[in-house]
Amino acid sequence: MVNLTIDGFSCSVPEGTTVMKAAAGLGIDIPHLCYLEGINEISACKVCVVELQGKVKLITACNNKVEEGMVIFTNSPKVRAVRRTNVELILSQHDCHCATCVRSGNCSLQKLSNDLGIVEVPFKKEVMDLPWNQEFPLIRDFKKCIKCMRCVQICENVQQMKVWDVQNTGSRTTVDVSLNRTIEESGCTLCGQCITHCPTGALRERNDIQKAFDVLADPGLVTVVQVAPAVRTAWGEEMGLTKEEATEGRMAAALKRIGFDYVFDTNFAADLTIMEEGSELLKRLEEPEKYRWPMFTSCCPAWVTFIRDNWPDYRSNLSTAKSPQQMFGAAVKSYFAEKKGIEADRIRCISVMPCVAKKGEAEQPSMKNRDGLADVDIVLTTRELVRMIKAEHINPRVLKEVPFDDLMGESSGAGVIFGVTGGVMEAALRTAWAAVEGKNPEADAFVPVRGSDGRREADFVLGGRTLKTCTVSGLGNARKLMEDIRDKKVSYDFVEVMSCPGGCVGGGGQPIHDGLELARERGEELYELDRERPLRFSHENGQVQALYREYFECPLSHKSHGLLHVEQ
Amino acid sequence: MSRLKIDTPNRAQLTVERLYKDLERHIVASPPGLCPVDLQLSFLKLCHAQTCGKCVPCRIGLGQLQNLMEDVLEGRADLKTLDLIEETANHITDSADCAIGYEAAHMVLAGLRGFKEDYLHHIEHGKCSYHITQPVPCVALCPAGVDIPGYIALVGEERYADAVKLIRKDNPFPTACALICEHPCEARCRRNMIDSSVNIRGLKRMAVDNARADRVPVPQKAPSTGKRVAIIGGGPGGLSAAYYLELMGHHAVVFEAHKRLGGMLRYGIPSYRFPRERLQEDIDAILSTGVEVHRSTRIGNGEGEIPFERLRREYDAVYIAIGAHTDKKIGIEGEDSRGVISAVEMLRNIGEEKMPDFRDKTVIVIGGGNVAMDCTRSAIRLGAKKVGIAYRRRQDDMTALPEEVEGAIAEGAELYTLKAPERIEADENGNVTALWVQPQIIGPIDAWGRARPVQANLPLQRIPCDVVVVAIGQGIATRHFEESGLAVKKGTIEAMSDSEVKEIPGVYAGGDCVTGPATVIRAIAAGKVAAANIDEYLGYHHAISCDVEIPQVRYDDKHPCGRVQLSEDEAGRRKRNFDAFECGMTKEEACQEAARCLRCDHYGYGILKGGRAAIW
Repeated sequence: MVNLTIDGFSCSVPEGTTVMKAAAGLGIDIPHLCYLEGINEISACKVCVVELQGKVKLITACNNKVEEGMVIFTNSPKVRAVRRTNVELILSQHDCHCATCVRSGNCSLQKLSNDLGIVEVPFKKEVMDLPWNQEFPLIRDFKKCIKCMRCVQICENVQQMKVWDVQNTGSRTTVDVSLNRTIEESGCTLCGQCITHCPTGALRERNDIQKAFDVLADPGLVTVVQVAPAVRTAWGEEMGLTKEEATEGRMAAALKRIGFDYVFDTNFAADLTIMEEGSELLKRLEEPEKYRWPMFTSCCPAWVTFIRDNWPDYRSNLSTAKSPQQMFGAAVKSYFAEKKGIEADRIRCISVMPCVAKKGEAEQPSMKNRDGLADVDIVLTTRELVRMIKAEHINPRVLKEVPFDDLMGESSGAGVIFGVTGGVMEAALRTAWAAVEGKNPEADAFVPVRGSDGRREADFVLGGRTLKTCTVSGLGNARKLMEDIRDKKVSYDFVEVMSCPGGCVGGGGQPIHDGLELARERGEELYELDRERPLRFSHENGQVQALYREYFECPLSHKSHGLLHVEQ
Repeated sequence: MSRLKIDTPNRAQLTVERLYKDLERHIVASPPGLCPVDLQLSFLKLCHAQTCGKCVPCRIGLGQLQNLMEDVLEGRADLKTLDLIEETANHITDSADCAIGYEAAHMVLAGLRGFKEDYLHHIEHGKCSYHITQPVPCVALCPAGVDIPGYIALVGEERYADAVKLIRKDNPFPTACALICEHPCEARCRRNMIDSSVNIRGLKRMAVDNARADRVPVPQKAPSTGKRVAIIGGGPGGLSAAYYLELMGHHAVVFEAHKRLGGMLRYGIPSYRFPRERLQEDIDAILSTGVEVHRSTRIGNGEGEIPFERLRREYDAVYIAIGAHTDKKIGIEGEDSRGVISAVEMLRNIGEEKMPDFRDKTVIVIGGGNVAMDCTRSAIRLGAKKVGIAYRRRQDDMTALPEEVEGAIAEGAELYTLKAPERIEADENGNVTALWVQPQIIGPIDAWGRARPVQANLPLQRIPCDVVVVAIGQGIATRHFEESGLAVKKGTIEAMSDSEVKEIPGVYAGGDCVTGPATVIRAIAAGKVAAANIDEYLGYHHAISCDVEIPQVRYDDKHPCGRVQLSEDEAGRRKRNFDAFECGMTKEEACQEAARCLRCDHYGYGILKGGRAAIW
């Protein structure tokens, strides 16, 4: 243990503790901006400076470790003045049009500046800008970038994609796409982790809210909205709702109030995905020599992009099943349209996703039906949903809970857990086991696939053979997995990958809480919903059964191949 | 009324003088990878501040050039802007009165030519094409990328064995580099900005003097892959590759033409600079990994030689690291006389402990590089009556390290500078009697900034001597490889930057035989690169790592402090034998010197961008 004094209070902390952490233990929150624990400890902003007794130069609290006998002052006159100057300098280069910023009210710089009581900046305003493709699903606003480097770090060290890098040197240093590429050329998977870890509004998703309002306003169109599993765990966070208030029913009610004609659940499509992907797994297991192993899940578009761009030899390992979002859209514009007698081209399918990559997925040429109609027309993130609810001045607290609409609104617990790492695996195993063994397993028979480690292995006996599974979240972990598969260090039968750490609950489209990683808590919520669902198995979803009975016949049928699968 | 007065500089002037010095040191410590256009603009701004303001082209022109370059940097320029910059700079060059103006414009023009691509990149893409790739200056400039701040910190904590282990992650010759590395790492040391660079080599020496390399165990090897790699040449490059390949689980088999390992470390560098027993420490450590060695084994088609093709057939990969061991002829009359010896031959004999008899002889060494100094200082130690160095240019132009030249002078060498060898005179028995030289006058400066000697209007001079040592460079024995189908260009084997030999799969080449004679650390780096790429070629992805924990930074304020220099034994004594004469630091010195390190791995860009590459 190391003994030191901070602001006159003594403490004793383990060796290797940073000054920031030691201070936090005393209840002293040293102001900081670029710091992100474990990810970005580079002391770029120099906001967390503190005074070390006996030394002229200030030290940063975020990345300097305690030493025996240190006497630290976190708010000496010198510290206070230097910290203020540094924030003022950052503000001198920041586009402070907060009123039109998506992060207003949730901006670390704004809060810091307010907290320090800065009401004017003595320096000349010098805001730097560079052009950006405003049609791209990921938007970078150079004017708001404070060069904290968090995006560089998260992309390089957590996701290991190295899309971002420091650009230019000297006074013109900024952050831009690495290696002088454009974002389109960069291989960006659109995981969106840079957005959720940006302290300001420099990174955000393309704003598609107006497109949604436009279709809602068109009386000739029928609007169908689907909501992904992970969205329900997080939408209330930014609305200031408690978990008890932010129910699925209130979310559905809010969507109804916004004016969507049909409010459906992506969970339904998750169950449908299990029917298709589970059947595909069993089919591949029947003739193992005809396929490349392991089989990979294909629900996560960032993962699919990752494989396509980085490991093209492994494309055929991906399940051909479309993701739930796309299956949903394809079913809406076929089965639903037919059932309701609506011309498919009058339908606009809108999805609400915890994800930025889904915006890109929906735009892919392969995600269209034979008539050229896109499965999904508009993709909104959880954050955009919240903004829409706010824009519509809806107070969800006073809304009466309503169920999702019929036909494509029912879901099993297996569908619900699609939003958390291991969920797709677990849901698929529940149904695959039932198909092979002819009876349902215990619903909780496959919980070993759960967990917060980035990579987990579990073996299960299925029809007398051992099925080796691996579950991965985070693209950095996915890269390591692929290297191990390539080097034959591991071998699996079935692999689930979600690109965002913790799965979709920690998705790049989810509400942002600087310094907090909420994937785990949100995942727990999905597991709770699963436990509470009367149905725990995808194959028991009555509306999915009806869809097969009345339209697709059976999984992997000719029709489902045409609409619910793609060539990988 | 007095008419004249004595000028004494006032405080402002003195301060400016000091700031000039500060700026010089700042420029010295400029990290690689900065935007050249941005730098050029800054230089121009400084030049503009120097203008007296009298002439239009300088007073106004330099300012307008800045505005145009600002446009380039801010994305407001097009190709016409570049034309205008060039035209304006040309006009300033042609009409400015004094050097302040026309030399400033010259710099702009040089930049326009030298990094036009970057100007264009700014104009076309609105951003710079340059990046800081390795942010720690010393690591960036070390060809092998050794973790310098890491081992300096370890030396500072007296953890010498850990320092050796850390150095070895990137360089299996810690002792060789501690004693004789040309230390490019020190050139841009950020400490220059405060006072002067850290004595990095001296600190490394502290590590290996206190933890001998052969007594610091090598890391555990990866499980055997069953792959075999042939390495031609047992010098620093070949042995480095062998060491890393063995650690990766491949079996490295070294073929060495000479009787003993070490290459130029043994057969090129005299033992007073690098004692043989110290070389053996590095070699023993490397061999402890299990490297198989075939000494006195040549690769070729001659009798008792192994053809290259056979190695290709019998091994999974081949690394060619034969170095540059053949001598270059000077091509003057009398070169065949008895008493004319090439530097390569002389140093090789010394390496084999066959000492030439120079007692009471006058020896003239031709050349101005480090090898010439090695020959000079060896000749002195061999008892020569007088040793001189004949060189075409000036002392300042010599390519040898200044301390080597000064060392030779201190030991009594005479310099014959601006003397171009013309012919060698011999007596009727063919024994050398003198070197005739043509005096030169130093002349125009070439494109590389080097002053060229021109024949002076003076008669030939005779320098009486008994021995002439030709030290004007080394060649490479490429013939057998050329015959085996390898491309040879300008006397060197052609290989790509990853050491691969084009279109001959599994064959790699590196070091002096590819680059021409260079430094030991570049050979080591080439061996490291080859090992990594051979590993990939063989289908593996082994990572060399080191689990030594690096001490955390200290929070001491960085007050200016002088650099500790290594001391040497007195010239009069050392010149009598081949004993090592450089003395290491004391613990007190080493701790102070280590504390001068600014820890660029932790402070500055280092902490963001690989202050430490833990594996390779």
